[in-house]
Amino acid sequence: MVIQASEPLVRVDNLKKYFRVTKGLVLMKTVGYVQAVDDISFTIEEGETFGLVGESGCGKTTTSKLLLRIETPTDGQIRVDGEDIQAFKGENLKEYRTKVGAVFQDPWSSLSPRMRVRDIVAEPLVVNRNMSRADVQSRVAEVLEQVGLHSQQADNYPHEFSGGQRQRIAVASALAPQPKLIILDEPVSALDVSIRAQVMNLLKELQQQYNVAFLLIAHNLATVRYMAHRTAVMYLGEIVEQGETESLFKDPLHPYTKALFSAALPSHPDLIREDIVLAGEVPSPLNPPSGCRFHTRCPFAMEKCSTEVPEYKQVDSDHGVSCFLY
Amino acid sequence: MEAETDVVLEVNDLQTHFFTRLGIVKAVDGVSFNVRKGETLGIVGESGCGKTMTARSLLRLVPKPSGRIVNGQILLKGEDLLQKSEKEMRSIRGRRISMIMQDPQTSLNPLFTIGNQLREALGQEYKETSKNMAQRAIDALQSVNVAAPERRIHDYPFQMSGGMKQRVVGAIAMSCEPDILIADEPTTALDVTIQLQYLRLLKEIQANTGLAIIFITHDFGVVARMCDRVAVMYAGRIVEQGPVREIFDHPSHPYTEALIASVPKLEEQVDWLYSIEGQPPLLMNLPEGCRFAPRCPAARDRCTAEYPSTYSIGDSHTADCWRMDPAW
Repeated sequence: MVIQASEPLVRVDNLKKYFRVTKGLVLMKTVGYVQAVDDISFTIEEGETFGLVGESGCGKTTTSKLLLRIETPTDGQIRVDGEDIQAFKGENLKEYRTKVGAVFQDPWSSLSPRMRVRDIVAEPLVVNRNMSRADVQSRVAEVLEQVGLHSQQADNYPHEFSGGQRQRIAVASALAPQPKLIILDEPVSALDVSIRAQVMNLLKELQQQYNVAFLLIAHNLATVRYMAHRTAVMYLGEIVEQGETESLFKDPLHPYTKALFSAALPSHPDLIREDIVLAGEVPSPLNPPSGCRFHTRCPFAMEKCSTEVPEYKQVDSDHGVSCFLY
Repeated sequence: MEAETDVVLEVNDLQTHFFTRLGIVKAVDGVSFNVRKGETLGIVGESGCGKTMTARSLLRLVPKPSGRIVNGQILLKGEDLLQKSEKEMRSIRGRRISMIMQDPQTSLNPLFTIGNQLREALGQEYKETSKNMAQRAIDALQSVNVAAPERRIHDYPFQMSGGMKQRVVGAIAMSCEPDILIADEPTTALDVTIQLQYLRLLKEIQANTGLAIIFITHDFGVVARMCDRVAVMYAGRIVEQGPVREIFDHPSHPYTEALIASVPKLEEQVDWLYSIEGQPPLLMNLPEGCRFAPRCPAARDRCTAEYPSTYSIGDSHTADCWRMDPAW
């Protein structure tokens, strides 16, 4: 099989994930579906950071779980390096797991308190790769140095480290099998302000050195602007807008993106914007609004917004939006 | 003299220490500030810098038996709270100083309806018939923009969203019309669009009542949005304090400078963020001189030898840094 040069590292097509909601203990009658992820498509190139932003419950984390093959999609396809990841079994699946790593939000709960750092970092190698003991040890020492820790610290337990150092351990563990993609689920939001910049800079540096792609999930827009090359905005399971980070931040199109930006906190008291203040809260994904899902809170909603679903339109070579305004 | 009488709360040289088997933890170590009527003071700092302990000391809610306020003065409209008896403090908490905590989930009791919890708070101030009290509870919910308050007072906390619960906590805090509201990271657990609604609500209440707010946060964005004045805390001390624009435009302590520079900006693309190396010191074994010296790029011998005095830079803007000394 020849993989074309233009084929992206990750291609997600019309991905859907519905969770069944049941009632009753024995009969488990289905009473509805939570449409956690509903028909999203995006691509991630090699060595690129793709940012996913949105409020809690919009489906960001479900998307990451689908990519990690922790959840099975209801419909749609995820191709990594041109291969459908649902088809993987046995050895192929193990191979896939070395290709995709993950770093989670809270390094206090994501690292086992009973394992030494050495074993935490070595785990993906031991489980998924047949490496000799000596090779594993030398790789562990190598990645620990790469993330700015000392290889002598490998014998310590996680509780002996500070938050920023723990997140470095988590990064080291994700990096150990030399993955092509690392999923970063809110990698800095649990850390202290002065430590966040350290970890973000480290991630950027590692990306430049090892050409690893990141799927960055974050709710802090400034973090996404700093880290991501391209960004998608999610609302109630759908991608409402995606594009080059620079063009998306300079010229947000979708009313929800605009509202998110004006709700974001300013970096200086003179930069308070707040052109759009949204009323109400995100509706339940169990019964999402008809038509455009944002129409219930949208200040520009028209009549057809509540009945028709807006199609995703490309407005620029790399900037698209689902909204009737465009 | 006019400005003097405006001061609602004045804190002088407050020290709260914890006496543990391993040694003395100086969580708050000589903090002084004041808050005026209708003003918002932001206390910014990283976790463990003593900002929450400062707030709890104001209410005399320091964990016992290890924690103790060892020194200082807390003057609420001229009365020293540290001289009050425990009984007198009970009538001050919630009625003259109230507090909103970070997580609304844990500050509401899951076993009681929110109407019940509101009435309990209102009962501190008002002794009326239960019908009147129910109406007061509804009014209180209305004042924090909760839709359909008549129905909502019968809800239990689990039936409400996070933003809604935090509003209820706000309504409880405001129920006795306090002079000062201490808000300890009230929006950290909320989503961005909900956070904005909440911050605007607090501003609105403040404009209507002339409430003084002490806003505790680690986020300079919240400071920029909310505060009139800022105090930056590091390892138990306020290292810099001043009007919000002054602090953003002319940060004078290297820590403030570094902290502002290390936050990514929404408004512009930056290639590389400034980052502060190392970590905050343990409050148990504090370095001799300036506590930031081990991480400070500008540190000299003097910094590690002696804690700097407080220097004044412009109008009510002060910083504890030797760089301000003419002899530097």
